[in-house]
Amino acid sequence: MGNFSYLMDGFSTIITGHHILIMIIGVMLGILVGVLPGLGAPNGVSLLLPLTFTMDPISAIILLSCMYWGALFGGSTTSILFNIPGEPSSVATTFDGYPMAKNGQATRALTLAFMSAGIGALAGVIMITLLSTWVAGFALQFSSPEFFAVYFLAFASFIGMSGNAPAKTLVTMMLGFAFATVGMDTISGGLRLTFGIPDLIKGVSFLVAVMGLFGIGELLLTTEEGLRFDGIKARVRIVDVLNALKEMPRYSWSILRSTVIGIWMGITPAGPTAASFMSYGLARRFARDKSQFGKGDPRGIVSPETADHSAGTAALLPMLALGVPGSATAAVMMGGLMIWGLTPGPMLFIDRPDFVWGLIASMYLGNVVAVVLVLATVPIYASILRVPFSIVGPVIVAIIFSGAYQIANSTFDMWLVLGFGILGYLFKKLDYPIAPLVLAMVLGDKAEDAFRQSMLMSNGSLSIFWSNPLVTGIMVLGLLMLLWPVFANAVGVHNLRRRAARHSAKV
Amino acid sequence: MLKQIAGMLLAMTAITPAVAFEPTKPVEFVVTSGPGGGTDNFARTVQSIIAKHKLMDAPVVVTNKGGGSGAEGFVYAAGYKGDPYKLTFGTNNEYLLPSVAAVPYKPEDLTPVAALALDEFLVWVNGKSEVNDIKTFVTAAKAEPKAIQFGGSQSKDTDQILVSTIAETTGAEFRYIPFKSGGEAAVQLAGGHIDANVNNPNENRGQWQAGMVKPLCVFRPDRFPKSEPVHDGKGWSDIPTCAEAGLAIDSYRMPRTVWLPAGVDEDAVKFYRDVLKKVSETSEWADYVAKTSQTSQFLAGGDFTTYQTSDRENVVKVLKREGWLVE
Repeated sequence: MGNFSYLMDGFSTIITGHHILIMIIGVMLGILVGVLPGLGAPNGVSLLLPLTFTMDPISAIILLSCMYWGALFGGSTTSILFNIPGEPSSVATTFDGYPMAKNGQATRALTLAFMSAGIGALAGVIMITLLSTWVAGFALQFSSPEFFAVYFLAFASFIGMSGNAPAKTLVTMMLGFAFATVGMDTISGGLRLTFGIPDLIKGVSFLVAVMGLFGIGELLLTTEEGLRFDGIKARVRIVDVLNALKEMPRYSWSILRSTVIGIWMGITPAGPTAASFMSYGLARRFARDKSQFGKGDPRGIVSPETADHSAGTAALLPMLALGVPGSATAAVMMGGLMIWGLTPGPMLFIDRPDFVWGLIASMYLGNVVAVVLVLATVPIYASILRVPFSIVGPVIVAIIFSGAYQIANSTFDMWLVLGFGILGYLFKKLDYPIAPLVLAMVLGDKAEDAFRQSMLMSNGSLSIFWSNPLVTGIMVLGLLMLLWPVFANAVGVHNLRRRAARHSAKV
Repeated sequence: MLKQIAGMLLAMTAITPAVAFEPTKPVEFVVTSGPGGGTDNFARTVQSIIAKHKLMDAPVVVTNKGGGSGAEGFVYAAGYKGDPYKLTFGTNNEYLLPSVAAVPYKPEDLTPVAALALDEFLVWVNGKSEVNDIKTFVTAAKAEPKAIQFGGSQSKDTDQILVSTIAETTGAEFRYIPFKSGGEAAVQLAGGHIDANVNNPNENRGQWQAGMVKPLCVFRPDRFPKSEPVHDGKGWSDIPTCAEAGLAIDSYRMPRTVWLPAGVDEDAVKFYRDVLKKVSETSEWADYVAKTSQTSQFLAGGDFTTYQTSDRENVVKVLKREGWLVE
């Protein structure tokens, strides 16, 4: 059990007043950038990077990684309270988190989200501790066909779960794919769907789309419904936090499943966004009573949050061990590593065990610090909802537009947000689901790249997706997910399904 | 009264050109890669050196505009004609991109300030591969046309142009598979999913240390300077140049470049050129260059122009042959 003694060494390195202070500062800054949509973890970490040039690498990585944890928690907060995901990976949390907050249970929603996020993160770190040596080898087995299979599985576990007309789901998903293709194409090096507009070269930012579709769209609806927030009546009490904590064990099965999905997606590294969507899709599929999904089902909050954070944490392992960043934030930290004079890669574990295990130890402590800090402040966040809509509404609009500008310092993006806002409003009015569009936008270009790379590798033969046990396994799993309704009917559970479908919610 | 003020203003404007340019408000460093990319590390290293040695009084703001292989940043800077507060960081992609994609800027929309370093290219194969030298590699490739898969970063960019040049020089045929970044190409090679890549030293160093990939040769005119061993007693200086190992490409390198928008005063160009010159003379710069196995080479003015012209000529030849040239 060599890893364990390394970990203890790591703890002894980082348990000093100096490092713990850095942790707290990092988490607080992180929550701040997470709460402001558009700023987000990758930008926050890049802004902080120059400050770390003069620090020793261990303090520097603690500061940056703790900021990342804080930002992940902050991102969940805005998803739940305002339907504005701060990070792509917290989109799935809005599906049930926002309705629950709207029903006057903001405290419960936030507590559930933070607790499951904390559990997910800890599970991710434990996995890193136990499997660090093995995981690097596993991740190396992933090539383009395997990645495509994973994205296929993510789509498959999400499709067909929606209560909407399949044609409408198809329409929004195709729109999402179209948005994902805008900009420079990796495989051909050409520009697509830019219509000669310079601002479209960088593509359509996913964050701009979700802020418009969810944030502005929702505001337009709320305004139309009479300028009020249903959450105003909710009383915010510390007891609610405790009650929600007591509730947690009921979702152990959801948490366990989401942890496995999250860790798997984190190390492969397909990333936290795929993990949270997949986890949400599966939670809904395996739920006996689907009627509450989309209306504030606690499992709809717990599952994506657990998966998001376990994947986010686990994604640091491929970064350290292979030099492949699993997320945008990990990419920035990797840049930092190089500037501090460390080379990410398999030898980092051998050359600088103090750094690696100090970081891993700080992940345990940092996440505990983050959970305690956010839980303690839940009532404060939740009470924001008691502020009258006539004040909160304009503030959110201002935050969304400044956030949209900040992503790429582009005024064009502010027009895009407005466009997406109107689109989101129309979608809601016409009963088109937004989630498939978002999923296609996030994973669409990655899936396309992986597919086309696979085709180049195989000279155009689809058999590459059945060429080894790993890729075959994932593909079969994906096909099973896609055809599950057919199988379910064949086995004769269709009665149960029909009952569920009647109540089924739109996502 | 009004006349007097006007007279004074006129007198002032008459004096100002005599005073050398000095930034009086924050300077924006436009980085034409995403956070964590090679250009990003370059710009942030320059930023940290400027801050540490106080080479410039005005504060620096770094913004990443890496969309469209960097086109986003160049288009953005080109839009600020005459603005000396937009310093753009890139590679040879500044003059390469407009030749391969219909991007809405021309190379002339930016004024060259300087190049600070040259990044190297190597041929790498998997660590367990039986191939140990470039000659065997080329022979194997010729025996089975289009069987060898070369991975690289982006499409029709430096990596693919080099692979095409190797193919042209040797008569072998390869399959090129574009990935999002050199880092991805490195891992795909370490995992044995592709047969070779032409990554920069920094992109493959970690994998080489662990013996998961190994270098065959480097496209430098001479060998790397002596340095510490990296793996199995072998260091950068033990890697043969491609020319000496039997692949007749003398030199293929990528400059790390800095630009201003077109139409800025010569004073501003001179100011930044001097600042960058000082940056390139610090020990921190030497550290950065050594750590990333690049070659420090300060090129400005006529030297930089000559370099660009010959680099462009070589590239355009390849683009024409492959039919990638966009007019």
